[in-house]
Amino acid sequence: MKKELITDAVLVSNYIKGDESALSVLITRHKQKIYSFIYSKVYDRDVTEDVFQDTFIKVIRTLKLGKYNEEGKFLPWVMRIAHNLVIDHFRKNSRMPKFDNGQEFNIFSVLSDSSLNAEKSIIKEQVQQDVRRLIEELPEDQKQVLVMRMYNDMSFKEISENTGVSINTALGRMRYALINLRKVIDKHNIVLTN
Amino acid sequence: MEKLYIEDSKHFETLKPSEETVNFLLNYSQALSVISCNKLKFEALLN
Repeated sequence: MKKELITDAVLVSNYIKGDESALSVLITRHKQKIYSFIYSKVYDRDVTEDVFQDTFIKVIRTLKLGKYNEEGKFLPWVMRIAHNLVIDHFRKNSRMPKFDNGQEFNIFSVLSDSSLNAEKSIIKEQVQQDVRRLIEELPEDQKQVLVMRMYNDMSFKEISENTGVSINTALGRMRYALINLRKVIDKHNIVLTN
Repeated sequence: MEKLYIEDSKHFETLKPSEETVNFLLNYSQALSVISCNKLKFEALLN
């Protein structure tokens, strides 16, 4: 007999309705991919285990609170959460660096290079890309004001002259642009800090 | 050399979380309940 595969979307829906076994299937189905993804970033078994656990705690809480709305895209959503938690992990470590010396003192563990290292540069670049993508989703009038203010460094007086609207309208559009960006960032758990 | 590469890829495939972690998540999920009250949602962990 051919065994039919239940899709992620159906499993997620069943889980939200209270079927706890659906979560077990989802974890079993995707654990290797998610775990390997995390390990490929952190190269540490213990950290991978922690990040994997935190990822699914977030998944469970989001699903149970009824905040999940990405039907049919379960795995990319979980990967995104894992990715954000990996970034959080590196950020936490850079704030509280571990001095992992043996018995000998190593001067490089207390000296730090203030310039961006390769990892931070990549994160910065990703953050900038994410922000640009988010800005593209804004309504045209809000996007125009935000780009002029933040990227072209124009004053609100200049913006109002260029767009033909009053300064107050330009200020309002800027305000709504920021509100909308924050909404999207919160909704999708996007981390935009380096 | 070829053997080395084959062994590496096999090792990569075995990467998966420990049974304890998976069991913890399943238990956490069972223990977590969300209570709705006047449009507000509260989380409760039942042991």
